[in-house]
Amino acid sequence: MKRIVTLNTRNLSESKKNGGCGECQTSCQSACKTSCGVANQKCEKAAK
Amino acid sequence: MGLIHSYKLNGYNIVLDVASGSVHAVDEVAYDVINAYENSSREEIVQYITNKHGVSEQDVLECLDDVEELKAQGVLFSEDKFRPDVDLLSKRSTVIKAMCLHVAHTCNLNCEYCFAAQGKYHGERALMSFEVGKRALDFLIENSGTRHNLEVDFFGGEPLMNFDVVKRLVEYARSIEEEHGKHFRFTLTTNGMLIDDDVIDFANREMDNVVLSLDGRKEVNDRFRNTIGGQGSFDVIVPKFQKLVKARGGKNYYMRGTFTHFNPDFTEDIQTMLDLGFDELSMEPVVCPPTDKYALTEEDKQVLYGQYEKLANMMIARRKEGKPFTFYHYMLNLDGGPCIYKRISGCGSGTEYLAVTPTGELYPCHQFVGNKDYLMGDVWKGVVRDDIRDKFKRCNAYSRKECADCWARLYCSGGCAANAYNSTGDVNGTYTYGCDLFKKRIECAIMLKVDEAQLDL
Repeated sequence: MKRIVTLNTRNLSESKKNGGCGECQTSCQSACKTSCGVANQKCEKAAK
Repeated sequence: MGLIHSYKLNGYNIVLDVASGSVHAVDEVAYDVINAYENSSREEIVQYITNKHGVSEQDVLECLDDVEELKAQGVLFSEDKFRPDVDLLSKRSTVIKAMCLHVAHTCNLNCEYCFAAQGKYHGERALMSFEVGKRALDFLIENSGTRHNLEVDFFGGEPLMNFDVVKRLVEYARSIEEEHGKHFRFTLTTNGMLIDDDVIDFANREMDNVVLSLDGRKEVNDRFRNTIGGQGSFDVIVPKFQKLVKARGGKNYYMRGTFTHFNPDFTEDIQTMLDLGFDELSMEPVVCPPTDKYALTEEDKQVLYGQYEKLANMMIARRKEGKPFTFYHYMLNLDGGPCIYKRISGCGSGTEYLAVTPTGELYPCHQFVGNKDYLMGDVWKGVVRDDIRDKFKRCNAYSRKECADCWARLYCSGGCAANAYNSTGDVNGTYTYGCDLFKKRIECAIMLKVDEAQLDL
């Protein structure tokens, strides 16, 4: 596409089918402790 | 409901598809085409774009075809089909997988802005005994189901004021993890005052993550981060932090600062951290009642927006110089990030994540500790207030009406329940000041990803 470049992102709709294992880190267990952000986390399904 | 979020930042035109999470970098023509797409016909768009940009009709039609192709692929203007699952999510059975272990409700610093009220959490000074901590770890294993990775954060107050217990608890956890099929991941959050060679050796061996509290410039740090006697901590802690990080051998750490109304120009503090040799950084807005003299104001917010952009540019410049650094809130994992369930359900406070006090009480998270209305049980009896747990299960990206139309809902999962409670009295409320800053940070973070991709548009 000439005018649009799409970054490689995990499709959230697709993740509905194979997500939810819960092995990922709990968000607040790192540096913030005072806000909620989840998008920086790594999916750890494969690492189980 | 807005299906996309489009914005211009740092010379980039960015379109985020909210439900799929797809990120598109586009040129000026495509930007205008996409923004007109939902409310105009093809003919209207062709006329509007050819007039505005001086491009050919064929050119615009091609762009429109591309938009439609992306739409068909489900990566642009995609419908949010997650909502029906939220009720199921709130009825799900949960296991506990993370714990904030308050090993010390006391502190050797007296930081006025501390949400933990100088480590005491509005209660008595106390240290956790080994027996209570051991029971907490057993409780975590017993309630973690099939979950393999278990996280424990040694927190306070200042956890190093109870370092012997921390060491013994880690030793205990390591001795039982294998037989239970678990793996403990430990974090230590410290103000640095008691770091010595023994702590460095232990932390770098056993802690997956170390959070080091420093507010940046000496005068900024020492405004709040003082000893009981009023001595600034900067000169004591900086050499200790430097030694610890140098010995860490690349293992994860964060230098974490707090900014307040007195230093909204927090990129200066980031710069100080960089100059001191630290490169995994986090700066957080102070959390406090709006009446406190150091509370961030509406005027500050405009300054902060500029600061977040400046920070992003600092990161780009340093990356080009081969001296990159990370900023916690700008770390986005676009291709290997969390699934939709995680994005909806958020931090897990009150459900998968609990805080344990020195006497073994359970609270939804560290920020609720000391608020007896939110006392959920203890490590012997377990959670006895199912009503509190259920309330937190319902906290998610779709539980607040303000989030329904917010493009960032799948990045914050509806926000921090404690912030919501503190600002509105309801864990399902909305802390709008925090939302505004959060959205700015995510815009910057996505822009950095676009910059990193070095696209040719």
